[in-house]
Amino acid sequence: MKKVLEGSMAISDSIRMTEPKVISAYPITPQTHIVEHLSQMVADGDLKAEYVMVESEHSAASVVLGASACGVRTYTATAAQGLLYMEEVIYNIAGMRLPVVLTVANRAVSAPISIWNDMQDSMALRDSGAIQLVAENNQEAYDMHIQAYKIAENPEVMLPVMVCVDGFVLTHTFEVVETIDHIEKVREYLPPLNMKYTLDINNPFSFGTVGEPSVYLETRFRLSNAINNSKSIIVDAANDYKEMFGKYEGALIDTYKMDDADTVIVAMGSVLGTIKDVVDELREAGKKIGVLKIRAFRPFPADEIVNALKNIKNAIVIEKAVSLGKGGILSCEIRDALYQRRINSVNVNGYVMGLGGRDITPKNIYDLIIKAEKEEDVDGEFFGLNNELLNKVF
Amino acid sequence: MKEVRIHGRGGQGSVTMASILALSFFDDGKYCQAFPSFGSERTGAPVQAFARVSDSPIRTRHQIYDPDYVVVQDVTLITSVPVAKGLKDSGKLIINTETDLKEIIKNFGDNKINESSVILFPALKIAMKILGKPIVNTTLLGAFSAITGEVSIDSVKKEIEARFGSKLGKINADAAQAAYDYIKGEKIGF
Repeated sequence: MKKVLEGSMAISDSIRMTEPKVISAYPITPQTHIVEHLSQMVADGDLKAEYVMVESEHSAASVVLGASACGVRTYTATAAQGLLYMEEVIYNIAGMRLPVVLTVANRAVSAPISIWNDMQDSMALRDSGAIQLVAENNQEAYDMHIQAYKIAENPEVMLPVMVCVDGFVLTHTFEVVETIDHIEKVREYLPPLNMKYTLDINNPFSFGTVGEPSVYLETRFRLSNAINNSKSIIVDAANDYKEMFGKYEGALIDTYKMDDADTVIVAMGSVLGTIKDVVDELREAGKKIGVLKIRAFRPFPADEIVNALKNIKNAIVIEKAVSLGKGGILSCEIRDALYQRRINSVNVNGYVMGLGGRDITPKNIYDLIIKAEKEEDVDGEFFGLNNELLNKVF
Repeated sequence: MKEVRIHGRGGQGSVTMASILALSFFDDGKYCQAFPSFGSERTGAPVQAFARVSDSPIRTRHQIYDPDYVVVQDVTLITSVPVAKGLKDSGKLIINTETDLKEIIKNFGDNKINESSVILFPALKIAMKILGKPIVNTTLLGAFSAITGEVSIDSVKKEIEARFGSKLGKINADAAQAAYDYIKGEKIGF
């Protein structure tokens, strides 16, 4: 049914449909509404789950780790400093191969303190072994959480999935979302969790014990294979979802008006909406331009990206994150993927924009396109700076 | 697509107003979007909320700089916040005030504005009479419906009632209706 929902409400409703048994979270802006709604659902009896109150994000992640190891479906959500505080536990969840799903309401990291949106928080966990999917709008956020469990719980995967949703820009925006009317359909798409190894007093196993030098390399190799091989499972999850619910927002990547394009803007998350509107206007004016959406950031869909970009001239990468001391993250990985395959005809320029909630306007995007097409090998240049402010002392 | 910018102070229900507006647009069969200005919410501090309405799905996410409509909940904001900034020539600026238009216009400084674009509306007076409280968001929603014709008063009242529950919802819907009637020239009782 089509409804007008706040992003957080859409996400919590989608989680309700997946019927997790244990939810644990510590409130942090802009994630708060999501877990408030879930807590209300549990209190009202609309969701039969245990909602565990904790004193920190580290504990929240630890609760879902423990519960997941017992073989039940679990959920948590966080943002920014909260995610950084969870980081240690998330590496453990991945290493123990537990199918936890968590929402990251993407927010800038301190200092300075910023409650506003960018993707520096989830990028800090890119090497953790957690799958990272990024939603473009609230419909996709709704659909993606259901797909996330399908991917995480696949016996070949068994990994945490982070669903990245732009804080405020999506979590606090009301828009039209089509929800699933019948929970039975979700149960059909997402059968009950059935883990091969669980914490069971009648059949004891240990999780996360010491991996001596004689075995550690192999366990990490298998973890690495599991996340790399999850690409096909992510694609299947998207296709099966389309078949059952009629919604498809891409799988690993998605292309928009790229057929004949000379220039392509590459981005992740909610900024894609504004970019697509700009691209429509430029197309009407006769410019051959398209958009490449990265929907799965981990595993990194290198083959799919190269395949999509190999015949174009300019790739303009817009990212709301930066690797301090290096430059662009997404742009660097795209350039690496092209280099590995010996494709040197694509001019990749990467720009850092919108950090800490700085609004990205259509004019910013027009201005960037004009500038980027004249440049080469830009690696994470900050775009949209207020030069007046830079001349002042901080 | 039409864009609405709401100026208020923390605690006046600007974000609530934007979301009720979005829900009402949807009830009228349109696509909609509503979002706050994402600030740290503090009582009394200037806040903004935004709403968009369109016949087709809305993708863009940037804040609203060239609104078709601006609603100002608290007239004292006009001395410190450029409420008229970017307003389209064909746009409307709706201000809750009983002050004289000439006095109001003086405050816009660089943001030149056509006098006919400004609509002064005594939302506080109506709200005090019906709600007994200086909360003007629902009253302004009724006025918005009457002034702009972008949303039906029935949808606005329905969503106000859905939002505030039976008792509070009913009197707030009455306030919206009274504002609507006031604008439509039936200033009975005011």
